[in-house]
Amino acid sequence: MDLALTADQETLREVFADFFASEAGPDRARAAEPSGFDSRSWERLLETGAPGMGLPESAGGGGASLGDLGVVAEELGAAIAPLPLVEHAVAGRLLAATGACSEPVAEGSDIATLALRPARDGICHLVPAGAVARHVVALDGDRLVLSSSGAPGVALGNHGCLPLAHRSIDGATVLLEGPGAHAAFDRALDEWRTLTAAALVGIGRTALDLGVEYAKERHQFGKPIGAFQAVQHLLADLPGLVDGARLLSAKAAWAGDSDLDSSNGVIDPGSNDITDFATLAGMALVFAGEAATTTTDRSLHVHGGYGFAEEYDIQLFYRRARAWALVLDDPARECRRIADLLLATSEDAA
Amino acid sequence: MDFSLSPGAADFRDEVRAFLDAHLTDEIIATMHRTGTFNDKGFNGALADSGLLAGAVPGYGDRDPIELYVLFNELEKAGAPYDGLAVTMLVAGVINAVGTDFQREHVLAKLLTGRFNCCLGYSEPDHGSDVAAITTRAVRDGDQWVINGQKMWTTMAHESDWVILLTRTDPDVPKHKGLTMFLVPMDTPGIEVQPVPTMATERTNATFYDEARIGDEWRLGEVNGGWSVMGVALAFERGVMGGTNPAVPLLRHVRAWAGGAPSPDGGLMIDDPLLRERIARTAIANQVSQLLTLRAAWIAATGGLPGLEGSMAKLYATDRYQQAVGWFQQMAGADGLLDFDTDGAAADGWIDYDARHSPVTTIYGGTTEINRNNVAERHLGLPRAR
Ligand SMILES: Cc1cc2nc3c(=O)[nH]c(=O)nc-3n(C[C@H](O)[C@H](O)[C@H](O)COP(=O)(O)OP(=O)(O)OC[C@H]3O[C@@H](n4cnc5c(N)ncnc54)[C@H](O)[C@@H]3O)c2cc1C
Repeated sequence: MDLALTADQETLREVFADFFASEAGPDRARAAEPSGFDSRSWERLLETGAPGMGLPESAGGGGASLGDLGVVAEELGAAIAPLPLVEHAVAGRLLAATGACSEPVAEGSDIATLALRPARDGICHLVPAGAVARHVVALDGDRLVLSSSGAPGVALGNHGCLPLAHRSIDGATVLLEGPGAHAAFDRALDEWRTLTAAALVGIGRTALDLGVEYAKERHQFGKPIGAFQAVQHLLADLPGLVDGARLLSAKAAWAGDSDLDSSNGVIDPGSNDITDFATLAGMALVFAGEAATTTTDRSLHVHGGYGFAEEYDIQLFYRRARAWALVLDDPARECRRIADLLLATSEDAA
Repeated sequence: MDFSLSPGAADFRDEVRAFLDAHLTDEIIATMHRTGTFNDKGFNGALADSGLLAGAVPGYGDRDPIELYVLFNELEKAGAPYDGLAVTMLVAGVINAVGTDFQREHVLAKLLTGRFNCCLGYSEPDHGSDVAAITTRAVRDGDQWVINGQKMWTTMAHESDWVILLTRTDPDVPKHKGLTMFLVPMDTPGIEVQPVPTMATERTNATFYDEARIGDEWRLGEVNGGWSVMGVALAFERGVMGGTNPAVPLLRHVRAWAGGAPSPDGGLMIDDPLLRERIARTAIANQVSQLLTLRAAWIAATGGLPGLEGSMAKLYATDRYQQAVGWFQQMAGADGLLDFDTDGAAADGWIDYDARHSPVTTIYGGTTEINRNNVAERHLGLPRAR
């Protein structure tokens, strides 16, 4: 049991907090709207090695764990950096697992992404980073395929200004077939859930800070609005949500790094023992999405009319808090999927 | 981060689970709900005899403090009567932190046998959240103290051998500065205990102090230093010693019920998509509550005093527990209204029970509003509202 970051992770956190703040912070996110991608920041990111840090060393990567990537993802979310690092990291790891990770992908000069939904009639819909990624890894029936048709460059206009695009998988190469294809894809999707959850924690963290700062500065009726108990209580529930989401996404990353799957992880809701990666990854995304949604909701409200104004940053966080999670699916459907995992084991196990 | 229990803590958890399998009978659980007394001296004694209480006192001994969390978390999840034990061990922790050798020898040692109980005498009829305003008086008379006043909500007073009693010793200074804590033997002449029944069967008490006389050896901490003793007691109470996983047994009961209950729409309730969604949401909330509690325990284990982290765990866990109870009560429909003693009750009456019990969880141990005030002021650094 150790709930602290390792010394290396502390360093990682500091380095990337600085990097995102100076190279890809909310101002850059604002400037990158509506496409949701800042190519110059991405060029700078390549210099840090971040795009390949999560690849095994054998694939030319940095050998970082999901836990390490989660630390970076939280900082990315805290700055709402307009960079598809989560998608690229997850797709790169999946490609490496099938022996198909090219050098440009490992470096990041070629962006790769994961289609979250299987292809339908040769098209993957609403692929995150689909507008900017040259490579898309997708599930097509029983086949895991790689399509390298190049980035369209144009994003579908959307709530969170994400670089979303529909992508054709015409002419894609087959990486894996059969149950192995599904298993590899599911693992990658759970990694995406885990890291997206971590990024949402970052969104919640900054949104809370923005709300608290504003409540200390803004005066009405002769005092800071943060002195009104109604305002205090809106904010006081939030640190528990943000910290809880961080712990849950870190636990999911830990389970993923420890290779705890249905064969050796525990799924026992009756005694609240869960160590199975897939279950925890699903839980982390649902909860972090909810925590970020509630946090941005309340923080925006505390800003009064200014919260609604384009000029203030909180609205950038508000829209992304919703979009980053919903790009996968309705959380209620995610919950039903989690229930299938929770209820698959017999009750006697409890 | 590493979320696995250390081998020692994992062994300890297995020992606690084995103990519960062997000793926590349906009869003990039924008795607790029939009497409203969530304390079983035989069960507590057996826990002590099995060596499982050695690490149960916060800050005491050389056991891994995570054991404290593991013990109370397992007791809570199993639905065991642990309220009396938790309070007793908390008082043991306070005695360990601020008590005298006399108190360690005459009280702490006995508490570790599991055969004695303590209760908390803070709240009064007119002073609850504003507990520093209490008026029960202790007046010095030579090397004795004479106590007069009334306490309210003194849960377990009828089971207890000692009460830690917050008294006013100086009415002429600001309220926090005139308080003194005592460890009062419950057999002191002049103490009367009257039951206060509640809507969830659990029993609490009003306690009356009429010229109750005790020696100065029962004073806990400094004269007029009662508020700092309260600070220690509250930090132990919030979060770490149970109370943050009440929806775990709820979920178990709901699942067992739904697996056999026909749905009015056909099929079984366990196949109802909305119920499944809510089961998952409750399981997620249970994980988060556990992690927030674990964090508080881990801070304690690494030498800190996790007051605010405990407040966060309590705020979150109790809110979600009430939400879950509301969902499941509605989804059980009319059968969910039936109680423990009635045939056909959904989840054998547990839904009715949780719906009765859950409101108190955002009131006792510091209300939700008081915990929010603490987080707002001391964690977020917002200006004082009052
Ligand atoms: C079953 C049960 C067992 C208990 N066991 C014990 C025990 O063993 N020992 C013990 O000493 N006490 C015990 N208590 C008492 C408990 O700690 C108090 O009930 C609690 O602290 C609230 O005090 P009160 O009931 O006087 O409510 P009040 O303080 O009168 O509060 C009423 C309402 O006003 C709100 N409020 C009060 N002040 C503020 C504020 N500053 N800002 C915003 N809102 C505020 C509260 O949140 C609450 O909603 C128990 C209570 C119950 C119901």
